[in-house]
Amino acid sequence: MAEQTSTGVKPLGRAEMAARLAADIPEGWYVNLGVGIPTLIADHIPSSREVVFHSENGILGMGPVPAPDKVDPWLISAGRQNATLHAGGSFFHQAESFAMIRGGHLDLSVLGAFEVAENGDIANWATSENDFAPAVGGAMDLAAGAKRLWAIMEHTTKDGKPKLVKRCSYPLTAVNVVSRVYTNLAVLDVTPQGFKVVEMVPGLTLDALQAVTEAKLHS
Amino acid sequence: MFFPEIGCILPCGKNSNGNSTARLLAICILLSGSPSKPLKMINKIVNSIAEALAGVEDGSIVMVGGFGNVGVPRLLLDGLIEQGATDLTIVSNTAGSGHEGIARLIELGRVRKAICSFPRSQGSVVFEEVYRQGRIELELVAQGTLAERIRAAGAGVTAFYTPTAVGTLLAKGKETREINGRTCVLEQALYADLALVEAWKADRWGNLTYNKAGRNFNAVMATAGKRTVAMAHYLVEVGELDPEAIVTPGIFVDYVVQGANDRVENP
Repeated sequence: MAEQTSTGVKPLGRAEMAARLAADIPEGWYVNLGVGIPTLIADHIPSSREVVFHSENGILGMGPVPAPDKVDPWLISAGRQNATLHAGGSFFHQAESFAMIRGGHLDLSVLGAFEVAENGDIANWATSENDFAPAVGGAMDLAAGAKRLWAIMEHTTKDGKPKLVKRCSYPLTAVNVVSRVYTNLAVLDVTPQGFKVVEMVPGLTLDALQAVTEAKLHS
Repeated sequence: MFFPEIGCILPCGKNSNGNSTARLLAICILLSGSPSKPLKMINKIVNSIAEALAGVEDGSIVMVGGFGNVGVPRLLLDGLIEQGATDLTIVSNTAGSGHEGIARLIELGRVRKAICSFPRSQGSVVFEEVYRQGRIELELVAQGTLAERIRAAGAGVTAFYTPTAVGTLLAKGKETREINGRTCVLEQALYADLALVEAWKADRWGNLTYNKAGRNFNAVMATAGKRTVAMAHYLVEVGELDPEAIVTPGIFVDYVVQGANDRVENP
Protein backbone atom coordinates (compact mmCIF):
# COMPACT_ATOMS: atom_id res chain seq x y z
CA MET A 1 0.00 0.00 0.00
CA ALA A 2 3.08 2.22 0.05
CA GLU A 3 2.23 3.84 -3.29
CA GLN A 4 -1.29 4.66 -2.21
CA THR A 5 -0.36 6.19 1.09
CA SER A 6 2.32 8.25 -0.59
CA THR A 7 -0.31 9.66 -2.94
CA GLY A 8 -2.58 10.55 -0.04
CA VAL A 9 -4.80 7.45 -0.02
CA LYS A 10 -5.43 6.19 3.46
CA PRO A 11 -6.49 2.54 3.80
CA LEU A 12 -9.09 1.87 6.50
CA GLY A 13 -7.98 0.44 9.81
CA ARG A 14 -9.65 -2.68 11.23
CA ALA A 15 -12.15 -0.71 13.33
CA GLU A 16 -12.99 1.52 10.36
CA MET A 17 -13.58 -1.54 8.17
CA ALA A 18 -15.86 -2.98 10.84
CA ALA A 19 -17.72 0.34 11.11
CA ARG A 20 -18.12 0.52 7.33
CA LEU A 21 -19.71 -2.93 7.21
CA ALA A 22 -21.84 -2.25 10.29
CA ALA A 23 -23.40 0.72 8.49
CA ASP A 24 -24.92 -1.71 5.97
CA ILE A 25 -26.63 -3.98 8.51
CA PRO A 26 -30.27 -2.96 8.82
CA GLU A 27 -32.48 -3.22 11.87
CA GLY A 28 -34.08 -6.60 12.38
CA TRP A 29 -31.35 -8.78 10.90
CA TYR A 30 -30.10 -11.92 12.61
CA VAL A 31 -26.34 -11.89 12.20
CA ASN A 32 -23.41 -14.19 12.97
CA LEU A 33 -19.99 -12.58 13.19
CA GLY A 34 -16.86 -14.69 12.71
CA VAL A 35 -13.68 -14.27 14.70
CA GLY A 36 -11.17 -11.49 13.98
CA ILE A 37 -12.32 -8.29 12.28
CA PRO A 38 -15.97 -9.51 12.07
CA THR A 39 -16.17 -9.57 15.87
CA LEU A 40 -15.47 -5.82 15.94
CA ILE A 41 -18.60 -5.10 13.90
CA ALA A 42 -20.95 -5.46 16.89
CA ASP A 43 -19.33 -2.46 18.55
CA HIS A 44 -20.39 -0.28 15.61
CA ILE A 45 -24.08 -1.08 15.60
CA PRO A 46 -25.82 1.76 17.46
CA SER A 47 -27.86 0.53 20.43
CA SER A 48 -30.93 2.18 18.90
CA ARG A 49 -30.78 -0.32 16.01
CA GLU A 50 -32.06 -3.77 16.93
CA VAL A 51 -29.75 -6.33 15.35
CA VAL A 52 -29.73 -9.81 16.90
CA PHE A 53 -26.33 -11.49 17.15
CA HIS A 54 -26.06 -15.26 16.98
CA SER A 55 -23.14 -17.12 18.52
CA GLU A 56 -22.74 -20.66 17.23
CA ASN A 57 -22.04 -22.13 20.67
CA GLY A 58 -25.74 -21.61 21.36
CA ILE A 59 -26.68 -17.99 21.97
CA LEU A 60 -29.11 -15.68 20.24
CA GLY A 61 -29.17 -12.05 21.34
CA MET A 62 -25.56 -11.94 22.42
CA GLY A 63 -24.43 -8.64 23.90
CA PRO A 64 -21.03 -7.03 24.30
CA VAL A 65 -18.12 -8.11 26.47
CA PRO A 66 -19.08 -7.43 30.10
CA ALA A 67 -17.32 -5.21 32.59
CA PRO A 68 -14.76 -7.22 34.60
CA ASP A 69 -17.02 -7.31 37.67
CA LYS A 70 -19.98 -8.55 35.60
CA VAL A 71 -18.25 -11.58 34.07
CA ASP A 72 -20.27 -14.80 34.11
CA PRO A 73 -17.95 -17.74 33.33
CA TRP A 74 -20.90 -19.69 31.92
CA LEU A 75 -21.53 -17.11 29.23
CA ILE A 76 -18.94 -17.08 26.47
CA SER A 77 -19.01 -16.35 22.76
CA ALA A 78 -17.94 -18.71 19.98
CA GLY A 79 -14.62 -16.87 20.06
CA ARG A 80 -14.37 -17.93 23.72
CA GLN A 81 -14.62 -14.36 24.98
CA ASN A 82 -16.79 -13.40 27.91
CA ALA A 83 -20.17 -12.25 26.69
CA THR A 84 -23.54 -10.93 27.86
CA LEU A 85 -27.12 -11.66 26.89
CA HIS A 86 -29.58 -9.02 25.70
CA ALA A 87 -33.14 -8.99 26.99
CA GLY A 88 -34.98 -11.37 24.68
CA GLY A 89 -31.90 -13.51 24.20
CA SER A 90 -31.96 -17.29 24.40
CA PHE A 91 -29.77 -20.35 24.82
CA PHE A 92 -29.93 -23.57 22.82
CA HIS A 93 -27.81 -26.58 21.97
CA GLN A 94 -25.43 -27.12 19.08
CA ALA A 95 -27.78 -28.91 16.73
CA GLU A 96 -30.39 -26.18 17.16
CA SER A 97 -27.76 -23.49 16.82
CA PHE A 98 -26.65 -24.95 13.51
CA ALA A 99 -30.24 -25.50 12.45
CA MET A 100 -30.47 -21.70 12.56
CA ILE A 101 -27.33 -21.47 10.44
CA ARG A 102 -27.88 -24.35 8.04
CA GLY A 103 -31.63 -23.86 7.81
CA GLY A 104 -31.15 -20.44 6.24
CA HIS A 105 -32.50 -18.46 9.18
CA LEU A 106 -29.57 -16.08 9.55
CA ASP A 107 -29.84 -12.94 7.44
CA LEU A 108 -26.09 -12.49 7.38
CA SER A 109 -22.85 -14.27 8.12
CA VAL A 110 -19.67 -12.21 8.16
CA LEU A 111 -16.40 -14.09 7.84
CA GLY A 112 -12.78 -13.15 7.54
CA ALA A 113 -10.98 -14.76 4.62
CA PHE A 114 -7.60 -15.66 3.19
CA GLU A 115 -8.99 -15.39 -0.32
CA VAL A 116 -12.25 -14.58 -2.09
CA ALA A 117 -12.61 -15.48 -5.77
CA GLU A 118 -14.54 -13.61 -8.43
CA ASN A 119 -17.04 -16.50 -8.60
CA GLY A 120 -17.86 -16.12 -4.90
CA ASP A 121 -15.69 -18.96 -3.61
CA ILE A 122 -14.16 -18.35 -0.20
CA ALA A 123 -11.09 -19.87 1.48
CA ASN A 124 -10.77 -19.04 5.14
CA TRP A 125 -9.86 -22.10 7.20
CA ALA A 126 -6.63 -23.66 5.98
CA THR A 127 -3.61 -22.48 4.08
CA SER A 128 -2.64 -25.81 2.55
CA GLU A 129 -4.17 -29.20 1.87
CA ASN A 130 -2.09 -30.85 4.56
CA ASP A 131 -2.34 -28.01 7.00
CA PHE A 132 -0.90 -28.97 10.33
CA ALA A 133 -3.68 -29.97 12.73
CA PRO A 134 -6.45 -28.38 10.70
CA ALA A 135 -9.49 -26.81 12.35
CA VAL A 136 -12.66 -25.70 10.58
CA GLY A 137 -15.26 -24.95 13.27
CA GLY A 138 -18.53 -23.54 11.94
CA ALA A 139 -17.14 -21.68 8.92
CA MET A 140 -18.38 -24.15 6.30
CA ASP A 141 -21.86 -24.23 7.80
CA LEU A 142 -22.06 -20.44 8.02
CA ALA A 143 -20.78 -19.98 4.48
CA ALA A 144 -23.17 -22.51 2.98
CA GLY A 145 -26.17 -21.84 5.19
CA ALA A 146 -26.71 -18.14 5.86
CA LYS A 147 -28.99 -16.11 3.58
CA ARG A 148 -26.01 -13.97 2.61
CA LEU A 149 -22.30 -14.11 3.22
CA TRP A 150 -20.13 -11.02 3.38
CA ALA A 151 -16.36 -11.30 3.69
CA ILE A 152 -14.27 -8.70 5.45
CA MET A 153 -10.49 -8.69 5.07
CA GLU A 154 -7.43 -6.67 4.11
CA HIS A 155 -7.28 -6.14 0.36
CA THR A 156 -3.88 -7.85 0.16
CA THR A 157 -1.70 -10.02 2.37
CA LYS A 158 0.99 -8.44 4.51
CA ASP A 159 3.39 -9.14 1.61
CA GLY A 160 1.13 -7.32 -0.82
CA LYS A 161 -0.25 -10.47 -2.46
CA PRO A 162 -3.81 -10.02 -3.77
CA LYS A 163 -6.57 -11.71 -1.78
CA LEU A 164 -9.31 -10.99 -4.33
CA VAL A 165 -8.42 -13.63 -6.87
CA LYS A 166 -9.67 -15.36 -10.01
CA ARG A 167 -9.74 -18.74 -8.28
CA CYS A 168 -8.81 -19.55 -4.69
CA SER A 169 -5.52 -21.36 -4.21
CA TYR A 170 -6.16 -22.29 -0.58
CA PRO A 171 -8.60 -25.06 0.45
CA LEU A 172 -12.17 -23.84 0.00
CA THR A 173 -14.64 -23.12 2.76
CA ALA A 174 -17.57 -22.99 0.35
CA VAL A 175 -18.21 -22.44 -3.34
CA ASN A 176 -20.05 -19.55 -4.94
CA VAL A 177 -21.42 -18.03 -1.76
CA VAL A 178 -19.82 -14.61 -1.09
CA SER A 179 -22.04 -11.76 -2.20
CA ARG A 180 -20.01 -8.81 -0.92
CA VAL A 181 -16.46 -8.07 0.18
CA TYR A 182 -15.35 -5.25 2.49
CA THR A 183 -11.64 -4.49 2.42
CA ASN A 184 -9.44 -1.73 3.77
CA LEU A 185 -9.55 -0.16 0.28
CA ALA A 186 -12.97 -0.83 -1.17
CA VAL A 187 -16.41 -2.41 -1.03
CA LEU A 188 -17.08 -4.86 -3.85
CA ASP A 189 -20.09 -6.89 -4.91
CA VAL A 190 -19.67 -10.37 -6.33
CA THR A 191 -21.73 -10.45 -9.52
CA PRO A 192 -22.09 -13.00 -12.32
CA GLN A 193 -19.50 -10.88 -14.18
CA GLY A 194 -17.07 -10.87 -11.24
CA PHE A 195 -16.12 -8.19 -8.72
CA LYS A 196 -17.99 -4.91 -9.12
CA VAL A 197 -16.57 -1.95 -7.24
CA VAL A 198 -19.22 -0.32 -5.06
CA GLU A 199 -16.98 2.25 -3.42
CA MET A 200 -13.32 3.00 -2.76
CA VAL A 201 -11.51 4.91 -0.03
CA PRO A 202 -11.12 8.61 -0.90
CA GLY A 203 -8.47 9.36 -3.51
CA LEU A 204 -8.08 5.78 -4.74
CA THR A 205 -8.45 5.21 -8.48
CA LEU A 206 -9.86 2.11 -10.12
CA ASP A 207 -6.47 1.53 -11.76
CA ALA A 208 -4.68 1.66 -8.43
CA LEU A 209 -7.22 -0.77 -6.94
CA GLN A 210 -6.86 -3.08 -9.95
CA ALA A 211 -3.10 -3.07 -9.44
CA VAL A 212 -3.52 -4.79 -6.07
CA THR A 213 -6.32 -7.12 -7.23
CA GLU A 214 -5.75 -10.32 -9.19
CA ALA A 215 -9.29 -10.67 -10.49
CA LYS A 216 -10.60 -8.20 -13.03
CA LEU A 217 -12.58 -5.36 -11.48
CA HIS A 218 -15.78 -3.99 -12.97
CA SER A 219 -17.07 -0.55 -12.26
CA MET B 1 -30.41 -61.10 37.41
CA PHE B 2 -33.04 -61.91 39.99
CA PHE B 3 -35.02 -59.53 42.11
CA PRO B 4 -36.25 -61.52 45.11
CA GLU B 5 -38.12 -58.74 46.78
CA ILE B 6 -39.97 -55.79 45.53
CA GLY B 7 -38.63 -52.53 46.80
CA CYS B 8 -35.22 -53.05 45.32
CA ILE B 9 -33.70 -49.89 43.95
CA LEU B 10 -32.48 -50.26 40.46
CA PRO B 11 -29.38 -48.34 39.72
CA CYS B 12 -30.09 -47.06 36.27
CA GLY B 13 -32.05 -47.05 33.08
CA LYS B 14 -30.25 -49.79 31.28
CA ASN B 15 -28.41 -52.60 33.01
CA SER B 16 -25.68 -54.76 31.54
CA ASN B 17 -28.19 -57.04 29.84
CA GLY B 18 -29.63 -54.09 28.02
CA ASN B 19 -32.97 -54.39 29.81
CA SER B 20 -34.84 -51.17 30.12
CA THR B 21 -35.98 -49.92 33.47
CA ALA B 22 -39.54 -50.32 32.31
CA ARG B 23 -39.01 -54.02 31.70
CA LEU B 24 -37.31 -54.49 35.04
CA LEU B 25 -40.13 -52.63 36.69
CA ALA B 26 -42.56 -55.02 35.07
CA ILE B 27 -40.49 -58.01 36.20
CA CYS B 28 -40.37 -56.68 39.75
CA ILE B 29 -44.09 -56.15 39.81
CA LEU B 30 -44.68 -59.65 38.46
CA LEU B 31 -42.39 -61.14 41.05
CA SER B 32 -43.93 -59.25 43.90
CA GLY B 33 -47.48 -59.69 42.76
CA SER B 34 -48.27 -56.35 44.26
CA PRO B 35 -47.68 -53.02 42.60
CA SER B 36 -49.29 -51.10 45.43
CA LYS B 37 -46.31 -50.87 47.77
CA PRO B 38 -44.49 -47.54 47.63
CA LEU B 39 -41.80 -47.90 45.02
CA LYS B 40 -38.91 -45.77 44.03
CA MET B 41 -38.04 -47.69 40.98
CA ILE B 42 -36.36 -45.26 38.68
CA ASN B 43 -33.21 -43.95 40.21
CA LYS B 44 -30.50 -43.09 37.78
CA ILE B 45 -28.48 -41.29 40.41
CA VAL B 46 -25.38 -43.21 41.40
CA ASN B 47 -22.96 -42.32 44.13
CA SER B 48 -19.78 -42.78 42.21
CA ILE B 49 -18.48 -42.05 38.75
CA ALA B 50 -16.81 -45.45 38.81
CA GLU B 51 -20.24 -47.05 39.03
CA ALA B 52 -21.51 -45.01 36.11
CA LEU B 53 -18.52 -45.93 33.97
CA ALA B 54 -18.17 -49.57 34.97
CA GLY B 55 -17.68 -51.85 32.01
CA VAL B 56 -16.85 -49.20 29.41
CA GLU B 57 -15.01 -51.26 26.84
CA ASP B 58 -11.81 -50.71 24.94
CA GLY B 59 -12.53 -49.38 21.47
CA SER B 60 -15.58 -47.42 22.61
CA ILE B 61 -16.78 -44.31 20.81
CA VAL B 62 -17.06 -41.64 23.49
CA MET B 63 -18.83 -38.30 23.09
CA VAL B 64 -17.69 -35.48 25.32
CA GLY B 65 -19.75 -32.30 25.69
CA GLY B 66 -18.41 -28.79 26.14
CA PHE B 67 -17.47 -25.71 24.18
CA GLY B 68 -14.42 -23.79 25.30
CA ASN B 69 -14.17 -24.37 29.02
CA VAL B 70 -17.91 -24.25 29.49
CA GLY B 71 -19.93 -27.40 29.94
CA VAL B 72 -17.03 -29.82 29.88
CA PRO B 73 -17.79 -32.86 32.06
CA ARG B 74 -14.34 -32.80 33.63
CA LEU B 75 -15.05 -35.10 36.54
CA LEU B 76 -16.44 -37.73 34.18
CA LEU B 77 -13.31 -37.44 32.04
CA ASP B 78 -11.22 -37.91 35.19
CA GLY B 79 -13.36 -40.96 35.86
CA LEU B 80 -12.76 -42.32 32.37
CA ILE B 81 -9.02 -41.82 32.79
CA GLU B 82 -9.29 -43.80 36.02
CA GLN B 83 -11.54 -46.45 34.51
CA GLY B 84 -8.87 -47.47 32.04
CA ALA B 85 -10.63 -48.08 28.72
CA THR B 86 -8.30 -47.56 25.80
CA ASP B 87 -8.28 -47.49 21.99
CA LEU B 88 -11.05 -44.90 22.26
CA THR B 89 -12.62 -42.73 19.61
CA ILE B 90 -13.39 -39.31 21.08
CA VAL B 91 -16.14 -37.18 19.58
CA SER B 92 -15.88 -33.61 20.77
CA ASN B 93 -15.74 -30.10 19.34
CA THR B 94 -12.07 -29.77 20.28
CA ALA B 95 -9.34 -32.23 21.14
CA GLY B 96 -8.82 -30.87 24.62
CA SER B 97 -6.40 -28.36 26.05
CA GLY B 98 -3.68 -28.40 28.65
CA HIS B 99 -2.93 -31.78 30.15
CA GLU B 100 -6.29 -32.79 31.53
CA GLY B 101 -9.51 -34.35 30.32
CA ILE B 102 -9.40 -35.31 26.65
CA ALA B 103 -5.84 -34.03 26.36
CA ARG B 104 -4.79 -36.31 29.20
CA LEU B 105 -6.46 -39.34 27.59
CA ILE B 106 -4.59 -38.55 24.37
CA GLU B 107 -1.35 -38.05 26.28
CA LEU B 108 -1.80 -41.47 27.87
CA GLY B 109 -2.12 -43.05 24.43
CA ARG B 110 -5.71 -44.09 25.06
CA VAL B 111 -7.26 -42.33 22.06
CA ARG B 112 -7.04 -43.94 18.64
CA LYS B 113 -9.12 -41.38 16.80
CA ALA B 114 -10.56 -37.91 17.34
CA ILE B 115 -13.69 -36.69 15.56
CA CYS B 116 -13.67 -32.90 15.99
CA SER B 117 -14.43 -29.63 14.26
CA PHE B 118 -11.77 -27.56 15.98
CA PRO B 119 -9.00 -29.84 17.26
CA ARG B 120 -6.39 -27.11 17.06
CA SER B 121 -7.44 -24.65 19.71
CA GLN B 122 -5.99 -22.58 22.47
CA GLY B 123 -3.70 -24.83 24.50
CA SER B 124 -4.20 -27.97 22.40
CA VAL B 125 -0.51 -28.81 22.86
CA VAL B 126 -0.99 -32.52 23.45
CA PHE B 127 -3.16 -33.12 20.40
CA GLU B 128 -0.86 -31.11 18.15
CA GLU B 129 2.17 -33.08 19.28
CA VAL B 130 0.54 -36.50 18.97
CA TYR B 131 -1.00 -35.56 15.61
CA ARG B 132 2.38 -34.40 14.31
CA GLN B 133 3.81 -37.77 15.29
CA GLY B 134 1.02 -39.53 13.41
CA ARG B 135 -0.13 -41.31 16.56
CA ILE B 136 -3.74 -40.23 16.34
CA GLU B 137 -6.27 -40.35 13.55
CA LEU B 138 -8.29 -37.19 12.96
CA GLU B 139 -11.68 -36.96 11.31
CA LEU B 140 -12.30 -33.27 10.80
CA VAL B 141 -15.99 -32.40 10.56
CA ALA B 142 -17.70 -29.05 10.00
CA GLN B 143 -19.16 -28.04 13.35
CA GLY B 144 -22.76 -28.00 12.19
CA THR B 145 -22.35 -31.32 10.42
CA LEU B 146 -20.84 -32.73 13.61
CA ALA B 147 -23.82 -31.52 15.65
CA GLU B 148 -26.29 -32.78 13.06
CA ARG B 149 -24.63 -36.19 12.74
CA ILE B 150 -24.98 -36.54 16.51
CA ARG B 151 -28.57 -35.31 16.43
CA ALA B 152 -29.32 -37.72 13.59
CA ALA B 153 -27.96 -40.65 15.60
CA GLY B 154 -30.11 -39.70 18.57
CA ALA B 155 -33.15 -39.35 16.34
CA GLY B 156 -32.67 -42.59 14.40
CA VAL B 157 -31.81 -40.83 11.14
CA THR B 158 -29.05 -42.96 9.70
CA ALA B 159 -27.73 -40.42 7.18
CA PHE B 160 -28.66 -37.09 5.65
CA TYR B 161 -27.75 -34.76 2.80
CA THR B 162 -26.41 -31.26 3.43
CA PRO B 163 -24.90 -28.49 1.29
CA THR B 164 -22.29 -27.78 3.99
CA ALA B 165 -18.75 -28.62 2.84
CA VAL B 166 -19.70 -29.30 -0.79
CA GLY B 167 -16.69 -28.60 -3.00
CA THR B 168 -14.26 -28.70 -0.06
CA LEU B 169 -11.69 -31.16 1.24
CA LEU B 170 -14.17 -32.34 3.86
CA ALA B 171 -16.49 -33.68 1.17
CA LYS B 172 -13.73 -35.70 -0.49
CA GLY B 173 -14.78 -39.27 -1.20
CA LYS B 174 -18.33 -38.71 0.00
CA GLU B 175 -21.40 -39.31 -2.08
CA THR B 176 -22.95 -36.13 -3.49
CA ARG B 177 -26.31 -35.58 -5.07
CA GLU B 178 -28.23 -32.66 -6.46
CA ILE B 179 -31.39 -32.02 -4.49
CA ASN B 180 -33.73 -29.15 -5.41
CA GLY B 181 -31.02 -27.66 -7.58
CA ARG B 182 -28.36 -27.66 -4.89
CA THR B 183 -25.45 -30.05 -4.61
CA CYS B 184 -25.44 -31.85 -1.27
CA VAL B 185 -23.10 -34.29 0.41
CA LEU B 186 -24.20 -37.43 2.22
CA GLU B 187 -23.25 -37.50 5.90
CA GLN B 188 -23.65 -40.45 8.24
CA ALA B 189 -25.15 -40.44 11.71
CA LEU B 190 -22.60 -40.51 14.50
CA TYR B 191 -23.40 -42.89 17.34
CA ALA B 192 -21.59 -43.27 20.65
CA ASP B 193 -21.13 -46.11 23.07
CA LEU B 194 -20.78 -43.55 25.82
CA ALA B 195 -21.84 -39.92 26.04
CA LEU B 196 -20.42 -37.80 28.83
CA VAL B 197 -22.38 -34.62 29.48
CA GLU B 198 -22.39 -31.84 32.00
CA ALA B 199 -25.75 -30.58 33.22
CA TRP B 200 -26.84 -27.95 35.71
CA LYS B 201 -29.75 -29.63 37.53
CA ALA B 202 -30.86 -33.23 37.40
CA ASP B 203 -33.41 -35.43 39.09
CA ARG B 204 -33.40 -39.19 39.64
CA TRP B 205 -35.34 -39.73 36.42
CA GLY B 206 -32.43 -38.22 34.54
CA ASN B 207 -34.21 -35.03 33.52
CA LEU B 208 -31.61 -32.36 32.88
CA THR B 209 -31.27 -28.61 32.62
CA TYR B 210 -28.18 -26.67 31.61
CA ASN B 211 -26.62 -23.34 32.41
CA LYS B 212 -26.32 -20.69 29.69
CA ALA B 213 -23.61 -21.51 27.12
CA GLY B 214 -23.06 -24.81 28.97
CA ARG B 215 -25.79 -26.47 26.92
CA ASN B 216 -23.67 -26.53 23.74
CA PHE B 217 -22.95 -30.13 22.65
CA ASN B 218 -24.19 -31.64 25.92
CA ALA B 219 -27.90 -31.69 25.18
CA VAL B 220 -27.50 -33.19 21.72
CA MET B 221 -24.84 -35.73 22.74
CA ALA B 222 -27.10 -36.91 25.54
CA THR B 223 -29.45 -38.28 22.88
CA ALA B 224 -26.79 -40.21 20.96
CA GLY B 225 -25.11 -42.33 23.62
CA LYS B 226 -25.91 -46.00 24.15
CA ARG B 227 -24.90 -45.11 27.68
CA THR B 228 -25.35 -41.47 28.64
CA VAL B 229 -23.79 -40.30 31.86
CA ALA B 230 -24.64 -36.84 33.14
CA MET B 231 -22.68 -34.95 35.72
CA ALA B 232 -25.00 -32.43 37.36
CA HIS B 233 -24.17 -29.53 39.64
CA TYR B 234 -27.42 -29.86 41.55
CA LEU B 235 -29.70 -32.78 42.27
CA VAL B 236 -33.37 -32.00 42.77
CA GLU B 237 -36.45 -34.06 43.57
CA VAL B 238 -38.57 -35.42 40.76
CA GLY B 239 -41.21 -32.80 40.06
CA GLU B 240 -39.06 -29.86 41.03
CA LEU B 241 -37.88 -29.11 37.53
CA ASP B 242 -40.36 -27.09 35.52
CA PRO B 243 -41.48 -29.48 32.76
CA GLU B 244 -41.36 -26.55 30.34
CA ALA B 245 -37.72 -25.97 31.24
CA ILE B 246 -36.37 -29.51 31.07
CA VAL B 247 -33.97 -29.55 28.13
CA THR B 248 -33.00 -33.22 28.18
CA PRO B 249 -35.90 -35.49 29.15
CA GLY B 250 -34.73 -38.37 31.31
CA ILE B 251 -35.37 -41.02 28.66
CA PHE B 252 -32.02 -40.11 27.09
CA VAL B 253 -30.05 -40.43 30.33
CA ASP B 254 -28.79 -43.59 32.02
CA TYR B 255 -26.75 -42.36 34.96
CA VAL B 256 -26.59 -39.14 36.94
CA VAL B 257 -23.68 -38.22 39.17
CA GLN B 258 -23.52 -35.11 41.23
CA GLY B 259 -20.43 -33.02 40.80
CA ALA B 260 -19.51 -29.42 40.35
CA ASN B 261 -17.21 -28.27 37.63
CA ASP B 262 -15.17 -25.97 39.79
CA ARG B 263 -12.77 -25.40 36.97
CA VAL B 264 -15.01 -23.29 34.77
CA GLU B 265 -12.96 -20.23 34.30
CA ASN B 266 -12.32 -17.63 31.71
CA PRO B 267 -10.75 -19.35 28.76
